[in-house]
Amino acid sequence: MLRATQPAIEARGVTRLFAGTGQNAIRALDNVSVSISENEFFTLLGPSGCGKTTLLRLIAGFDFPTAGEILLHGQDIAQLPPYKRPVNTVFQSYALFPHMTVAENIGFGLKMLGKPKAFIDARVDAMLRLVHMEALRNRRTSQISGGQQQRVALARALAPQPKVLLLDEPLSALDYKLRKEMQIELKRLQHETGITFIFVTHDQEEALTMSDRIAVMSAGRIRQVGTPGDIYGRPAERFVANFIGETNFLTAAITVTGDCKVRATLQSGATIDATVAEGFQPNGSATIVVRPEHARLISGAGDLSGTVDNIVYFGTDTNIHVHLDGGEAFTVRQQNARSASCGFQRGDRVGISIGNNVAQVLRD
Amino acid sequence: MANASEVAEKAERDDIRSRWLLSAPALLIVFLAAVGPLLIVVVYSFLTPGNYGDVKWQFSIDAWVNVLLERDVFDDTLSLAGAHLLIFWRSVSLSALTTILTLIFGFPTAYFIATRPEGRREIWLFLITIPFWTNLLIRTFAVEEVLRNDGIINSTLQLLGITDHPVQLLYTNFAVLLGMVYVFLPLMVLPLYASMEKIDFRLVEAAYDLYATRFQVLRRIIIPLVKPGVVAGSILVFIPSLGAYVTPRVLGGGTNLMIGNLIELQFGQGRNWPLGAALSISLMAIVMVALLVYVRNTTRLDGDHG
Amino acid sequence: MVKRFDVRQQTGFVTMAILCFVLLYLPIVTLVVYAFNNNDSLSIWKGFSLRWFHVAWNNTLVIESSIRSFQIASVAAILATVAATMAALATTRTRPYPGLTFKYAVINQPLMVPEIVTAVALLIVFSRIKIWTGYSGLGYLIAAHTAFCVPFAYLPIRARLENMDLSLETAASDLYATPSRTFRHVTFPLLWPGILAGLMLAFVVSLDDVVITEFIKSGGQDTLPTYMLGQIRRGVTPEVNAISTVFLALSVGIVTVFFFVSRKRT
Repeated sequence: MLRATQPAIEARGVTRLFAGTGQNAIRALDNVSVSISENEFFTLLGPSGCGKTTLLRLIAGFDFPTAGEILLHGQDIAQLPPYKRPVNTVFQSYALFPHMTVAENIGFGLKMLGKPKAFIDARVDAMLRLVHMEALRNRRTSQISGGQQQRVALARALAPQPKVLLLDEPLSALDYKLRKEMQIELKRLQHETGITFIFVTHDQEEALTMSDRIAVMSAGRIRQVGTPGDIYGRPAERFVANFIGETNFLTAAITVTGDCKVRATLQSGATIDATVAEGFQPNGSATIVVRPEHARLISGAGDLSGTVDNIVYFGTDTNIHVHLDGGEAFTVRQQNARSASCGFQRGDRVGISIGNNVAQVLRD
Repeated sequence: MANASEVAEKAERDDIRSRWLLSAPALLIVFLAAVGPLLIVVVYSFLTPGNYGDVKWQFSIDAWVNVLLERDVFDDTLSLAGAHLLIFWRSVSLSALTTILTLIFGFPTAYFIATRPEGRREIWLFLITIPFWTNLLIRTFAVEEVLRNDGIINSTLQLLGITDHPVQLLYTNFAVLLGMVYVFLPLMVLPLYASMEKIDFRLVEAAYDLYATRFQVLRRIIIPLVKPGVVAGSILVFIPSLGAYVTPRVLGGGTNLMIGNLIELQFGQGRNWPLGAALSISLMAIVMVALLVYVRNTTRLDGDHG
Repeated sequence: MVKRFDVRQQTGFVTMAILCFVLLYLPIVTLVVYAFNNNDSLSIWKGFSLRWFHVAWNNTLVIESSIRSFQIASVAAILATVAATMAALATTRTRPYPGLTFKYAVINQPLMVPEIVTAVALLIVFSRIKIWTGYSGLGYLIAAHTAFCVPFAYLPIRARLENMDLSLETAASDLYATPSRTFRHVTFPLLWPGILAGLMLAFVVSLDDVVITEFIKSGGQDTLPTYMLGQIRRGVTPEVNAISTVFLALSVGIVTVFFFVSRKRT
């Protein structure tokens, strides 16, 4: 099937320097290139200060790159002011106009675009229906709850039908339950409107739940781009593996055994099979990662062996911290089935069995 | 394509230029009707007095000499101008006393307001703001009515038989001091309140938890926390006290002059404009010193907090 | 029963504060009460009467100086507020730029210099201009009042601007509003309470001025405060109390409005 494969948004070699003291300019973004497709739910994930919000602001036009291009459907928009870009933003603080009603807020963009009043009214009604807020049409924005403000902010940004919707940590001010609800709601809205969403968050769980693809950022660079499964299951770098979920890091001697396959020998002499990202040739020593839930604790001999150090129970799961014979620490996560006990005790000798294709060699 | 950083620099230059244009009217009016004339005062202080007021355009430093010294009419010797020194001393000491007294009265008042429940604070604050925005002349006049020989203080004293003839309260240094404390009190309370409002009372709880007494809490916790407010309030009271004109004129009755009245005299009966100008500059200099102390204090306080 | 321990309490502070409020209001209340005294004397009460209000009302000097006060205060407050609003927009929400400190210093200069000094400075300059130009109208008073009102109008406007959420204007520009439309639809409506507060502050400050006006007024240009100052010097009848009472009521009215306007946080 032939389809226009031009990306909705593309950043090419974007760098943003902020004046620092003397020569030490701060590199908020360092030669970032990324391509985001039409109708994609794309997430920029990273700790605070990693450059994700800066990238979002450059796309919105609130800030301008020091170098590089930002293309919207192939056109460079990097130097356009925000009011000339068909891109809208949902702000972290919502930034609802306090001197206007809910309806006036939602209709603001269309009014600025010079649309006729009847058109604006109809569109505002449609937006209110979309976010289930019909009853609060004429309320002041200061008279509605945080969750409702969030919906108004969404409706306001969607009303002008932007090519791309930018969301800057929009859920961070909500409490846990409401946040979960809004995550599903956002997915639904993206599906119904067919608009490209670029979502910024520092919450890895949120990113994994909602995104089609995720870009993990740190120190002004994109570290890895991929589907949530890729990012979680096949972390390419230590930063990514560390930032997302819990992981066991093991240093091992590597021998290549096949295409993307290696054998890793640990300090204790135990060996496990691991996979390598395509195009990466490890030699000598490297770090391998194993997710705690991909390992299983057994009473007899396993791939690895050690002694139970500590048992930490938390509702659905239990983490068992094991002291490996080679000296490394290793955590195994078990789902709590029926009994509250995991069947092991501190000081027990245990084996650890690791499934196939779950250990991964890191690039760094 | 233009270099990105050049574009940014041009935008910044444009921004600064439009900011200068926007502020031009305010700068111009303040410059023409406040800053500029001050410079002319400096010039006038080096001229010779005219016969009927105003000046003769003849350079002279007599005015500056006369600020502190006086020339004997007979033998032309110079000696310290006792009257001027007395007035300077009265201004500085009355202003200092005013500052201390407003602090003594203002501190508990501000604390009282700051510790009211949230909803009721504004009402008390409002009660402080009303005198603040009431005409200074009217407030001074109100004090005059209370202090006069047939005013309520003297009537009450006589009614109670404490005294059989009116005590002279008006036209004394005491009256001027009382009047200044009265009119400048809100200027002390408001900045004190502003810093007390921010007190985190968990710190006070922590101090009590660590065996502090009420007085120790006041001395070791509350006063250090509100020190910026104390400094701001003191400066807000001290500076206008130094330049006070209306209050000493109404309550001091022409005998208990302060610098402000002395300056006025030179432009009125004294007909010595250069001396008046020199005295004005001297007053400004004292104020500037006070302000410098204030700035030094606040910057040091800021430093303390990181 | 044991009184519960209050961490906020300080010994004697409440008494002191109440005393302070009483002392603050006692003279003002006395002044107002004696405005209604049916007697020539200020101290002996001879029953309630509006007599002195009638006297003041029929005193053309009082009425003329009141009107003059209002004229000067209105014009000066409006001019000062316009200039201060522009200056506030130019000096807030920016990184420090060359000249910013200079602007602060100039705008706040009238607050730093004792009124009496400004007064004699203006006396010197204006008396010379009067000789050169022959003009001796209200222009001098209006110019002087505008200048010292600028910092008072500037304060609340600047405070309002600095507390304003910058993301609101960013949001407007994101929603296709050009800079001028952002100002008209977002910045200005949000700034309005601050402008109103500044206007009222400037108005009250101009209305209250004695010292500067006393020095630079030409003959027959008394404002209400300078007229009252002259009366107090000559010895007073309760007429001054009556005038003061009306003036006071007006100030309280303005301050009340100001209080509610500046409290309103939209």
